[in-house]
Amino acid sequence: MGFCGLYARSGQPVADSAKVIREVVVRGELQPDIIPSQQLKGEQLGRLSGLNVADALRFFAGVQLKDYGGVGGIKTVNIRSMGTNHVGVFYDGIQLSNAQNGQVDLGMFSLDNIQNISLYNGQKSQIFQSAKDFNAAGSIYMWTRRPVFTDSAHYHLKAALKGGSFGLVNPSLLVELKLSDRVAASFSGEWLSSNGAYKFRYRRKAVMTDEIVYDTTAVRQNGDIRATRMEGALLGTFGRGKWMLKAYNYTSERGVPGAIVNNVWRRGERIWDNNSFLQGSLEQDFSPRYHVRLMAKYAYYLTKYVNKDTTVMMIDNVYRQKELYLSTTHLVNLTRWWDISGSYDVQWNDMDADMYGFVYPTRWHHFLSAATAMRFSPFQMQGSVVLNHVHDRVEMMESPGNKTVWTPAFFASYTPFPRVDLSLRAFAKRSFRMPTFNDLYYAEMGNARLRPEQVTQYNVGLAYKTRYRSKGLLTQWSLTADGYRNFVTDKIVAYPKGAQFRWTMLNLGRVHITGLDATMGLTLQPVKELFVTGKLQYTYQEAYDVTNPADTYYRDQIPYIPWHSGSAIVQMQWRAWSLNYSFIYTGERYNQQENIVYNHTQPWYTSDLTLARRIDWKKYRIKVQMEVNNLFSQDYDVILNYPMPKRNWRLTVSLEL
Amino acid sequence: MRLLALAATLTWQSCREDEVVVPTEYDLIPEHAMAGQGVQGMYLLNEGNMGSNKCTLDYVDFVQGYYVRNLYAERNPTVIKELGDVGNDIQVYGSRLYVVVNCSNKIEVLDARTARRIGQVDIPNVRYVRFHKGYAYATSYVGPVQLNNPDAVRGAVYKIDTLTLKPVAKCTVGYQPDELCVLGQYIYVANSGGYMAPNYDNTVSVIEIEGFKQVEKIPVGINLHRIRCDAQGKLWVTSRGDYQGTHSNLYVLQKKRGRNEMEVTDTLDIPCSNFCIHGDSLYYYSTEWSNYEQRNTVTYGIVNTVTKEKVSDAFITDGTEKDVTIPYGINVHPETGDIYVTDAKNYVSSGVLHCYSRAGRRKWSVRTGDIPAHTVFIQN
Repeated sequence: MGFCGLYARSGQPVADSAKVIREVVVRGELQPDIIPSQQLKGEQLGRLSGLNVADALRFFAGVQLKDYGGVGGIKTVNIRSMGTNHVGVFYDGIQLSNAQNGQVDLGMFSLDNIQNISLYNGQKSQIFQSAKDFNAAGSIYMWTRRPVFTDSAHYHLKAALKGGSFGLVNPSLLVELKLSDRVAASFSGEWLSSNGAYKFRYRRKAVMTDEIVYDTTAVRQNGDIRATRMEGALLGTFGRGKWMLKAYNYTSERGVPGAIVNNVWRRGERIWDNNSFLQGSLEQDFSPRYHVRLMAKYAYYLTKYVNKDTTVMMIDNVYRQKELYLSTTHLVNLTRWWDISGSYDVQWNDMDADMYGFVYPTRWHHFLSAATAMRFSPFQMQGSVVLNHVHDRVEMMESPGNKTVWTPAFFASYTPFPRVDLSLRAFAKRSFRMPTFNDLYYAEMGNARLRPEQVTQYNVGLAYKTRYRSKGLLTQWSLTADGYRNFVTDKIVAYPKGAQFRWTMLNLGRVHITGLDATMGLTLQPVKELFVTGKLQYTYQEAYDVTNPADTYYRDQIPYIPWHSGSAIVQMQWRAWSLNYSFIYTGERYNQQENIVYNHTQPWYTSDLTLARRIDWKKYRIKVQMEVNNLFSQDYDVILNYPMPKRNWRLTVSLEL
Repeated sequence: MRLLALAATLTWQSCREDEVVVPTEYDLIPEHAMAGQGVQGMYLLNEGNMGSNKCTLDYVDFVQGYYVRNLYAERNPTVIKELGDVGNDIQVYGSRLYVVVNCSNKIEVLDARTARRIGQVDIPNVRYVRFHKGYAYATSYVGPVQLNNPDAVRGAVYKIDTLTLKPVAKCTVGYQPDELCVLGQYIYVANSGGYMAPNYDNTVSVIEIEGFKQVEKIPVGINLHRIRCDAQGKLWVTSRGDYQGTHSNLYVLQKKRGRNEMEVTDTLDIPCSNFCIHGDSLYYYSTEWSNYEQRNTVTYGIVNTVTKEKVSDAFITDGTEKDVTIPYGINVHPETGDIYVTDAKNYVSSGVLHCYSRAGRRKWSVRTGDIPAHTVFIQN
């Protein structure tokens, strides 16, 4: 017997065997989102060739990835050209934050135990959520696998081993235990090692003669990484409630390969990370109409940054960040069609570094939200407002004044025909990003007078999907399209200060963004037992710098935002075999503010292929997966002078019990 | 049909093409050759932001009236990754052009007339270069490698044979040495200590050329940067200060009466980022960040090198100095007295080269590469 059931209703993978650990995502939501998210989940996610969450996010519309290359290279994303600091990243429901630079390196989050990745523009349009969920301009939710036991099973076990190019070795283990009828435990751990020594190639041709003037292939140096991730969780239910407790630790040591410039092929910077957090949530329905959720988190991040390259400035710094977060959320169902909610979150951040002139900042950030949702068929709407109050305290200099910002949002959807899954939707939202500790207080560069950077977003769109599976070749399809305009004001930019490469941060920039995101899903069944699903995504963006008409880059596209980008995934399933082809396209763009020939960056597009087979042997389920990434071995840079790997391979063997 | 054409254009544009050699651009400038003119042109080195590998070389052709932008790659197409990362100095010695590329750890040696490559000298974290009797002397932040004391690597002056393009000797000086100046039998080196903040270096190292040994260290001011000599054999030295309480300053060093040793004779209390000595006039500018005003304060002026007094608060007289965001380089045409000021704007977009007449009126401006900074004239 094999894996045959495929995409049933709503594209959710359903397995037919009782031995299969059902891939169920529990999210404690009472109402569906008014504007649904883009999602990748379960088997679909597993078959995409990718090691980390950043690899998967490339397939979402409106997302641009900054990838410095290799397994250990930093990977961050921006949504709809608004900048990385406007993206809220949530891990099992609680935001991951970084008070130091406001950016989350998504390369650190392994896909190994991730069950679902969702991307929301604006915000997750529900109202039973913490105040922080209402705050960001766009949010990414990563949900790890939760144990679900059927029948008599008392434990699940999954072991996997990945290996491949650049000396990649990546064993992982997942254990799930049913401790009682109401309590389950899970442990997930992995170890990753790669020498990061991939080949890359730079080539130039003469303009007229087409003669190759140089063509050099080199091996990336100092890109090695060793990382360990360990995660343990306890989950339970009681009466009319449920709870969850999770501990997470990630440690790594990696080289920073740096920019490849003339005469420099190797650098000496290294980074050690030790990131831990403990988070828990408790949810109870006090009555059918009153629901409460409490959440808490404590995080400790340690980063050690060392430069051993004798040709440049020696650096040996340790940064320590601590965070404490508490949240309480209340939802009241006033009537069948009207809900209201209120949340209060508080977050404390503290940072410490052994560098000259460090001011030891501490931040208290209070979040207070109120939201309401109404449903009168065919309309659904939601309004929310968040009040932020930030108080910073620093040593050795005057603390900047408190900042109070409020951000309203309004979401609506309209389903014109009761029998057709067609909905029209719109949202308007104002949000901001708080200046980070680096922006405000970094030695020399920081500017304590910064104001928050503001964004206003307007979005209209539609979504359609076929409600039933039809007979014939094309059994199901879906389509979404959204047009948007975003206005960024008081954008925090680095500005030269005096002479000699010294900078400060100023609220100087203004950006106008106009874009279109479109996605399409298809399910085909050309012959019996052969299922084909396709997922297409296209993004068009104009992100113009409108800071000052006197600038040479006035109304030029901002750096690293392509006008056109898109992706395609085709997955084929035949009996125990599956084949995945994915294609990513990023169009031409500029690597600096001015859109001139010297800053032009060529389009890049890669094809990845994955072939997998399942084998059922006794009570074991074995899966063997072979991946080829960058199939046509394109030589490209995502970021100027940070070359990406050529064609590379990976083999995964996993065993489930 | 039109749709088809559009589709074709889209497809064509959407595909990756072979990377071609970075093209040179030409702009017309209102300059023309005059009878008996010795100065043929001026090279301008654009630093390029760190990590961008966008150090580029431009050329002002005074004879034909062209501004030639980004000529290195076209003249030297086979050099992998072009000129390099962060230019820091450009000088002419004989018929050769010496381009110091700081983050590429090299001095690029070109034919001064054609800008074609002759060779390179590998020197780590190299800063500035000067010449004396067939040898090039270059400051470097990396002197002796001290394994047990990585925070305190002293800088050095490398002695390079200009025939073989090989370093032949190294003389340890102070911390993070910047400009150097050859005067008489000595090389004077301005030590910054820029990596040591707040414990900046404050000395000028004196190297006796014959023995190539540091013979003295003269305390001047913290975070020294420029050092040049004038026609009377005085040394003009600038300090950057600590960007906080201690401002940038301008110092004069002269030989003690009847002795060979230099000493600080004047502290002018003029903030100075960069200067150029033309005849008895020292043209300078200064850029300092004002935390209170949240903007850069830019000042210009002229100092008489004989009287050591400021004679003017401006050398741009027609009000066009407001078009300069961040002055980053200055030079004066040795024959016409035209003043050249470069504007680095925001460091990550094209800069501007402005040309002013000796009376201070703007003659022309032209777009440059990123962070235009260092200029050198080419004589016939």
